[in-house]
This record gives sequence, C-alpha cells and structure tokens, in this order.
Amino acid sequence: MTTTYLAGQYDVIVVGAGHAGVEAGLASARMGAETLVLTINLDAIAFMPCNPSVGGPAKGVVVREIDALGGEMGRNIDKTHIQMRMLNTGKGPAVRALRAQADKFDYQHEMKRTLENTEHLTVRQGMVERLIVVDGVCKGVITNTNAEYRAKSVVLTTGTYLRGKIIIGELSYQSGPNNMQASVELSNHLKELGFDIVRFKTGTPPRVNGKTIDYSKTEIQPGDDEPRAFSYETTTFITEQIPCWLTYTSPETHDIINSNLSRSPMYSGMIEGTGPRYCPSIEDKIVRFNDKPRHQLFLEPEGKNTEEVYVQGLSTSLPEEIQRKILMSIPGLEASKMMRPGYAIEYDAIVPTQLWPTLETKKIKGLFTAGQINGTSGYEEAAGQGIIGGINAACKALGKDPVILDRSQAYIGVLIDDLVTKGTNEPYRLLTSRAEYRLLLRHDNADLRLTEIGHNLGLISEERYQAFKNKKAIIAEEKARLASVMIKPTEEVQALLKERGAGELKESVTAEHFLKRPEIHYEDIAAMTPPEQPLSAEAAEQVEIQIKYDGYIAKQMLQVERMQRMESKKIPEDLDYFAINGLATEAKQKLSVVRPLSVGQASRVSGVNPSDISILLVYLEQGKLAKIAES
Amino acid sequence: MEYETIAAISTPMGEGAISIIRLSGSKAIDIADRLYRGKASLKDVKTHTIHYGKIIDPKTDETIEEVMVSVMRGPKTFTREDVVEINCHGGLVSVKRVLELVLEVGAVLAEPGEFTKRAFLNGRIDLSQAEAVMDLIRAKTDQAMNVAMGQMEGRLSRLIQSLRQTLLEIIAHVEVNIDYPEYDAEEMTNRMLKEKAGYVQNKIKDLLTTAKQGKILREGLSTVIIGRPNVGKSSLLNNLIHENKAIVTDIPGTTRDVIEEYVNIRGVPLKLIDTAGIRETEDIVERMGVERSRQLLKKADLILLLLNYNQELLPEDIQLFEAIQGMDAIIVVNKTDLEKKISLDEVRTLAGPSKVITSSLLKEEGIDELEEAVRDLFFEQGIESQDMTYVSNSRHISLLNQASRAIGDAISSIEDGMPVDLAQIDLRRTWEILGEIIGDTVSDSLIDQLFSQFCLGK
Ligand SMILES: Cc1cc2nc3c(=O)[nH]c(=O)nc-3n(C[C@H](O)[C@H](O)[C@H](O)COP(=O)(O)OP(=O)(O)OC[C@H]3O[C@@H](n4cnc5c(N)ncnc54)[C@H](O)[C@@H]3O)c2cc1C
Ligand SMILES: Nc1nc2c(ncn2[C@@H]2O[C@H](COP(=O)(O)OP(=O)(O)OP(=O)(O)O)[C@@H](O)[C@H]2O)c(=O)[nH]1
Ligand SMILES: [Mg+2]
Repeated sequence: MTTTYLAGQYDVIVVGAGHAGVEAGLASARMGAETLVLTINLDAIAFMPCNPSVGGPAKGVVVREIDALGGEMGRNIDKTHIQMRMLNTGKGPAVRALRAQADKFDYQHEMKRTLENTEHLTVRQGMVERLIVVDGVCKGVITNTNAEYRAKSVVLTTGTYLRGKIIIGELSYQSGPNNMQASVELSNHLKELGFDIVRFKTGTPPRVNGKTIDYSKTEIQPGDDEPRAFSYETTTFITEQIPCWLTYTSPETHDIINSNLSRSPMYSGMIEGTGPRYCPSIEDKIVRFNDKPRHQLFLEPEGKNTEEVYVQGLSTSLPEEIQRKILMSIPGLEASKMMRPGYAIEYDAIVPTQLWPTLETKKIKGLFTAGQINGTSGYEEAAGQGIIGGINAACKALGKDPVILDRSQAYIGVLIDDLVTKGTNEPYRLLTSRAEYRLLLRHDNADLRLTEIGHNLGLISEERYQAFKNKKAIIAEEKARLASVMIKPTEEVQALLKERGAGELKESVTAEHFLKRPEIHYEDIAAMTPPEQPLSAEAAEQVEIQIKYDGYIAKQMLQVERMQRMESKKIPEDLDYFAINGLATEAKQKLSVVRPLSVGQASRVSGVNPSDISILLVYLEQGKLAKIAES
Repeated sequence: MEYETIAAISTPMGEGAISIIRLSGSKAIDIADRLYRGKASLKDVKTHTIHYGKIIDPKTDETIEEVMVSVMRGPKTFTREDVVEINCHGGLVSVKRVLELVLEVGAVLAEPGEFTKRAFLNGRIDLSQAEAVMDLIRAKTDQAMNVAMGQMEGRLSRLIQSLRQTLLEIIAHVEVNIDYPEYDAEEMTNRMLKEKAGYVQNKIKDLLTTAKQGKILREGLSTVIIGRPNVGKSSLLNNLIHENKAIVTDIPGTTRDVIEEYVNIRGVPLKLIDTAGIRETEDIVERMGVERSRQLLKKADLILLLLNYNQELLPEDIQLFEAIQGMDAIIVVNKTDLEKKISLDEVRTLAGPSKVITSSLLKEEGIDELEEAVRDLFFEQGIESQDMTYVSNSRHISLLNQASRAIGDAISSIEDGMPVDLAQIDLRRTWEILGEIIGDTVSDSLIDQLFSQFCLGK
C-alpha cells in the first residue's frame, strides 16, 4: 500500500457535494464544527442530473422544513428559479405544494458560492477511496491522491456515483451521472467493511434544443403570477418567469417503442438494478399501461442562459437512434434536435436498516450516510437527509445530543424513519401518503414546527428567530381576538353569504365560528372586523388554517399522542431479541437487524406483528427488557 | 401502573345456575358498593369475606337481584387488584341487568382474557402461566366457542378485507390526485367519493346490525324443538338441561308459549327453545304460541324435530318436515318404550341428510346419542348461523362502531365541502380501524391483541 500524507484535521468530513452533501457541510460548519467537503468534481456542486425542478407534493414541504432548520435549499432555489407554481390549490392546506423550475446552472453556481463563503467550511476536489476505521470507529478518509484527512465524524453523501454504470441501448460503461467519474474503490471498500449493498437503477430523458421546438403544437404552462418563495427569509422575488410546455406522446411514439422493446436494456436483461415504480421509463409506461392512449410530456427549460430543454416523462434507456425517432414522433418535437440522449444509470446503495435514526451507521461509529446512498431518490429527499446527517455528525464531534425528528414533526422524520425501520427495495421517493399525520406536516407551518430546533442548534439567526417569535405571537393574539369578537347577522353579512352560495346566518356567532364555514376566508373577517395591525399574508393564512381545520387538526393530534406513547417506551440498543421467549422467529431476526430505539419504531418493522409487540411491551412493562440486556 | 376497573360475567353462559359478575381494579369495591344494599357498606367489610344483600338500580331504587358478594382486596387476589364478585342466582336477564348497572356506574367491560392479562401485567403470573390458565378454561368450557370463533372470524375477516380493499382503492385514487396533481389521472370528484364512502358505510352498518341481532357466541345457537302436541318436546328440554323447567303433562297443548334455556351440550352453546306443539288449534292463547313457533322456526340455526314412535306419521308431521327443508336438523323419534307404530324407513326417507335418533325420554334413553349428534353436526359439518352473526366479539363491535363513526365523519366532511384530503384523513382512519379488527394494523391497544384470543373471565 502506498503511503499517505496527513492532509488535514477536521471535526467533520462530508464526502460529496450533491444535494445531501451541501446541506450536511453547511449545517455542520454553521454549527461551528470545522468541516471539510470533498467532491469528485467541483464544477458539479448541487448538480441536478435529472429534472430541473425543486419541490412538488411532499418534496416541497421538505424544502420548507430544511429552510426552517436553517438549511440552504429553499434560499438557493428562491434565488435561481425560472418559475414557481403552487400545486393542489383546489385541495386542502395539507397537500398544497410549491414547485419551482430551476435554472440548474445558476442553482449550482449560487450553491458553490455559498459554500465558499461559509466560515469553518473547506470545499475541495478529491476522490475518497477508503475510510480510516479503528476499532469500529471512523477516524477519517483517504483519497486517491493519498491525502489522509482525519475527523471525529464522516458523512458519506456519494449519490449515484458508487460503481455507477450508464446504459444506453446496447452500450454500457462505468460512469457517474452525466459522464462524471464513477466512485468504484469506495464502493468496494464499503463492502469490505461489511456493509450490505443493493443495486438500484434510475434514468433520465433526452434533452433537446429549445430553438428547434414548435411550441405552437403544445400547451403553455406558466408560473403563478403571485410571487412565491420557499424560504421564510426570502424578501425579494424573481418576477420574470419562463413558462414550461405540455405535449403528449403520439400513437406513432407507442409503435416505435413497442417494436423496439427487444433493444431496451430493461427488457433484454442488461439492467440488474431495481428501478422505481413511481418514476418509470417511457418504455415501462407503455408496456405496463398499454391501454393508455397517450402520455403527458412536459418541456422544461434547463435555465435562462441555455436553450437546452428537458423532456419530462420521456426517461429512457433505448438506443440513441430510437430515442431520436421517438422525439420526432412527438407533436412539437418533429423537427427538434436532440442535444443529449437519455440514459439509465445503475449504482450501489447501502441497505438503510443498517443506520440509526441519526443516520449514523450501526456498524461503524462516527460514520454517517445521507442521500441517495441510502436508497432514496430525489434532490429534496437527499437534502433533507443531508441536513440531519450534517447536524448529527457535528453534534457527535461537538459532544452534543443528536437530533431525531419523529413522524409527526416533519416529512424528513417520516423519510428517515421509513428508511431505517422498513428499508426499501426500490429507490425511495417521498409521497404525501407516506405521512400519517399529513395535516400537521403542512408546507405553511414548517417554520412553526422546526424553527425552534434550528435555532437551538445555532442554525437560525437571532433576527430571523425574533421575527418567527413575533409571527407566533401575532397568530395567537389574532386567534384569541376572533374567539371573542361577534359576527352579527347583518344585511351585509347575509349578502356576502348569499354571494358565496352559503346558508344564511341565523344568530350572532364568534368570528372564530364564522371562519369555520368553508365559504368564508380570513380576509372577509378582517374586512368586517379589522385587527389593530393588519396581519402579514403568512400570519393570516395560519389563523385561517388553524381555525378552519381545527377539528381535523385535533383529531390528528390525538393520533400523534397515541403514537408518542409507544414512541416513549424505549428499548435498549443492545437488547438480545433471541433471549425473549415468545417472539416469533421472524420478529427476532428483523428486530435484531433494525434494533429499534422504541416500541413505536419496533411496531413499524415489517414482519413484526402485533403479538410480537405485545410481548415486547409486556417485558418492557415488567422491567424484564433491562435485565435481558444486562445479562 | 393504574388500569381502569373492568367487569364481566365470568361464568360461561348457560353453565350452572349461578352467574358471577367479577370486577377488578382500584374502583371495584366502590363501584359494587354503589349498587349494593346489605348490612354493611362493602367499603367497611374485611377482605376475603362474603356478604348477602341486594343489587338495586341506584336511579330508581328498584331491586334487581338478590346476591352474595365477595370482597377481596389486592394484592392477594388473582389480578393483584381489588376484586369483587357478585354471585347472582337469577336468570340471564337479571345477570345482564346487573352487569349493565356495573358498567353504568364506572366499570368498563372486560375484553376476553382481560382478567388473566391483568394478573399477568401486575406480575401475578408469567406469560406461560397465563397461557396455561387460558388453555384450561378454554378446554373445559368453550371449545365450541373457539371453533365457532374460527369460523365466524374467517368469514368476518374476508368481509373486512374486501371492505378494506374497496377503501384502499378509493384512498389510492385520491392520493394519486394529490401526489401527482399534474398527471392526467381522472380526478376523484366529491360525488364519486361520497358514493363510494357511502357504500362502505352501509356495509359497516350491516355488520353492526348482525352484531346486535344474534350474538351467537354469547347466546348460543338458536335450537328450536318442534313437534306435534304431546310428543315430548318439553320432556326433551328438561332432559337436556337436567332440570324441570318446562311443565310436562299428558294434556296435548301444555306448552302455550315459548320457553328458552341456555345449555352447553358437549361444548356446543345452545339456546334451546321449546315451542308450543304445532297443529291447527282453536285455543286463542295456544294459537298465538303456535304462530310464534312458526316464526322461530324461520330464524333457527338448528331444529330438533320430535316424532311419536307410538303413532303413525300424520300429515302434520309431514308438514313439519317440509317446513324445515334445507335446515340443519336432527329427527328424534320418541317414546320407544311404547309400541312401535311409526315406519322408521319412512322417517329416514323424509329426513334426507338429517340424522334420525330414537329415544325414550321417560326412561332417559337416547339422550347421549342426541348430544353426540349435536356435537358432530356442529364440529364436523359446521352449522351456519342463520342470522349471519359474524360479529360477536365486543372488541370487534367497538372497533366497528369506531369505523362507522370515522366513515361517517368522512362523508360529512365531503358534504360540508371540505377539501378531499381532509375526508381522506377519516377514510384512512376507517381503513386502519378495520385493519385492527383483523390484526392488520398496529395501534397502542396492541397488547390487547395478544389476549383477544382468550375467552372471557377466568
Ligand atoms: C440519471 C439520473 C436520473 C435521475 N432521475 C431522477 C428522477 O427521475 N427523480 C428523482 O427524484 N430523482 C432522480 N435522480 C436522483 C437525484 O438526482 C438524486 O437523488 C440526488 O441528486 C441525490 O443527491 P445526493 O446528494 O445524494 O447525491 P448526488 O447529487 O449524486 O451527489 C453525490 C456527490 O458525491 C460526490 N462523490 C461521490 N463519490 C465520491 C467520492 N468517492 N469521493 C468524493 N466525492 C464523491 C459526487 O461528486 C457528488 O458531488 C436521478 C439521478 C440520476 C443520476
Ligand atoms: N311413554 C313415554 N311417555 C313420554 C315420553 N316422553 C314424554 N312422555 C310423556 O308424554 C307427555 C307429553 O310430554 P311433553 O314433554 O309435555 O310433550 P310436549 O311435546 O311438550 O307437549 P305440548 O307442550 O303439550 O305440545 C307427558 O305425559 C310425558 O310424560 C317417552 O319417551 N315415553
Ligand atoms: Mg310442552
């Protein structure tokens, strides 16, 4: 083995500067830990290898949560988007979601600059090949240039780079996304260290030159007129927006694909990795839903200073030749010039049940993993794990208690709990339906849920914290006021109700009660009985949501309490499940792998059934658990 | 740890003349005392003593039952909690009344096996002991119940599963709209949603209705004894319950109304119903009895048809055979001590698949054979309850009630014009609750699930 040189000493080392890596590095450095971020290619910091967009249902809420914790994704996209839209406006507040189209180049540059300007943070290009592990504790990393970096904790955020392999039709070669260098040694090293590794797969569509698109054959998809932002800190808004466009596959597209299936690596058996069900390639969609006459395709510009357009919905690994034929079969794209072909990529990921909910690995102390390496997919999922991984790596280095968000606190909590408790057998994507307390995990209240935590960690500025407390106070005051002010059945009021198609008001009611009517909004009430100081739009929204959906919120809170009771029953980390009589064999095995920290978490382990939980509870209530763990 | 005070009838229904209502928990003595009138307040009596007195309805001061009450203070009790046992002598109706009162003044109904569970949780016995005790109880009294449970629950869980599937489809459809707002999946409209949720609601209601009607497991298979006047129906009832409950005379038409008795025959819980002999009659009172008999026949789970060995088959007998076509039945040809006038071959032809037994109730002959026939029919062929009683377990009933409320909430939020994802909360909740019935979701009442297979009381 070649000799290494000591290249530096840090509190925390983050390997990777993708969406997980940048959040991890920034959080750690902002908490005051000396932090090193190493990445294969400095020009690809926060690179978006797939669709140029951030947010959407569930994911958009994650961006807000990251922001409330003091992370960067929200601020960064606010500065670099080309359009924003609020989705699901026709539905309830819990599922409303913000989505931005990113200028993907601006996004990278802006993020790079932020990293460069952060105190306690060093960014460096370098390929990590090994970890320094002494007696089960991670002490640092070694790069391919023989640099040895030492640290108290290390966070791996290597994304789709581990033994990455790109596949286009009959062609396949070792590569990270977008022809970046793959990370092979590190993957082998993780296997040597004894980690269970799975092979996953994902894909991306071809890009075309926007100049060659006939937009007249497509439908325009503009951004919202109303200014929108992810970050609670953003005060200046981008006004000039660029639209996206909608087109569809044609019968000809389907014919081309059907007659070339034999050349698809998906069906020829060339791909061994498991792909996600929710993000299928176009060939998958046509095979699996062959009765659907056409599929939507969104044309999304990749930025302001480029003509490149991303064809959302056309992810494929068919041979390049076929991809070009497909493009020409699509209304609006008949004469389009393809700029890059779509491809599939296979990569290694570690089985996430090998992690504690802090994202520290169970096998090696001081080693954390976050992002796509943990089997997820998506920028927001990566970033959400990144900030938690970074926080906990810094906490470990600084001797602080770790942060674990539970399922009722944040989508990030749902995400991590799902990963470490249930594992995943396909690339994991967040969906709102994965959250059982969806009504509590709204995008509008992420600050109310998490700012306190961010502030305690030192990730939220005093100024912002004061503004937050102020907002909270205003909401409380206004709610109290509305509970005492009466709305009388005046002619004016009845006229308004009639206009909204609502029933008459029979007697005076409190403004609070009145606001519960679906047809009535806070603005109506503010017009009838204005507060001393007009409320900000955000505060007003909170008042309305909290009052209007009060019954439902209370119901969910009740469920949360039930969950928390189970969550508060702790299980010792080193419990020997095989010593507990009565547990089913499958439960013993599964629980020994996951090693849940609470009965609540244990109950979510697949293969563990209610009677196993009952037995656990009984032992726990009798204090037997503690004894078994001791002996 | 502090648990609620629980209560339940702890003698198996239909076995023995005394029924015991047992209470356990910190409020057991207090609750019993509020209903008890005797020489001293139960709060003042010594532990492990038994007292004569009355149970009254505190609202009306009406006496419900004369009782013996044992008071046992924890921890030297089975559950390690304070335990009170109210021994009632009267029939099922008054026992139930006492239980209702106990529940009204603050106890909660014990789930099956809950007393044992308490003992277990309070460290009185360990898990294997708990299981052993339960096995014992189960083996002794209620094997039939368990078999019945198995059958019933098989059907119940199939029904629940299909309901959950329907719900899941609705939920998934709404979720697609939420998680993929821009995709061209059909939008689930409020009208569609309401219609589908309404369907689920009706199904749940149906299930709950069956729960109210029959409760086969608590009240037994309804078994109707029929036959022409004077063939020995009342004698049969008395023989099976080992008691002279029904009046037996040689005057045809003695039994005017319906007599019900609960009995456990070789592990099969039966609700035995003696009827007025079926024939055309002039006597008004008797005729009313006959009319009720005919109605009972329709609802019966099992028929015992009596014929007279000493008489030829009459047209009335043949009518009875016709009336019970396709039902589970056992044919008893009685009075074999007398001269044979009936053609047994003819009887067997008419009986078809039903078993034919001969007996002399006077000499107490043939009863064993009849009891065996009942047991075989139940265990081997599986009598199906006529009134489709799927739901009998109180845990199931309470969960179904919760599910019914949840789906009702979903429907009212749709009607109130609330956004679809709010209705979704209640739809999901309904799905989860239904899952709890069949053990498919996990909630904090999990520990109860381990014990729900155990039967009631000790
Ligand atoms: C082709 C493709 C298609 C995709 N399609 C979708 C999709 O349809 N939907 C979706 O939600 N998501 C998709 N994704 C996933 C999404 O891009 C990722 O989930 C997200 O970028 C993961 O972020 P990350 O930070 O975990 O990793 P990445 O963004 O991949 O970043 C990894 C970082 O680690 C660095 N690195 C790796 N190995 C080393 C090493 N040994 N030493 C030093 N640095 C190292 C890299 O340089 C990089 O900076 C796709 C990704 C690809 C590549
Ligand atoms: N010899 C003989 N007499 C019997 C036998 N079983 C019943 N009896 C007599 O038959 C008469 C009628 O018996 P019950 O049991 O009252 O008959 P029942 O069918 O209930 O009659 P009703 O209620 O009047 O319809 C009584 O005198 C019984 O003692 C038997 O096996 N042999
Ligand atoms: Mg009679």
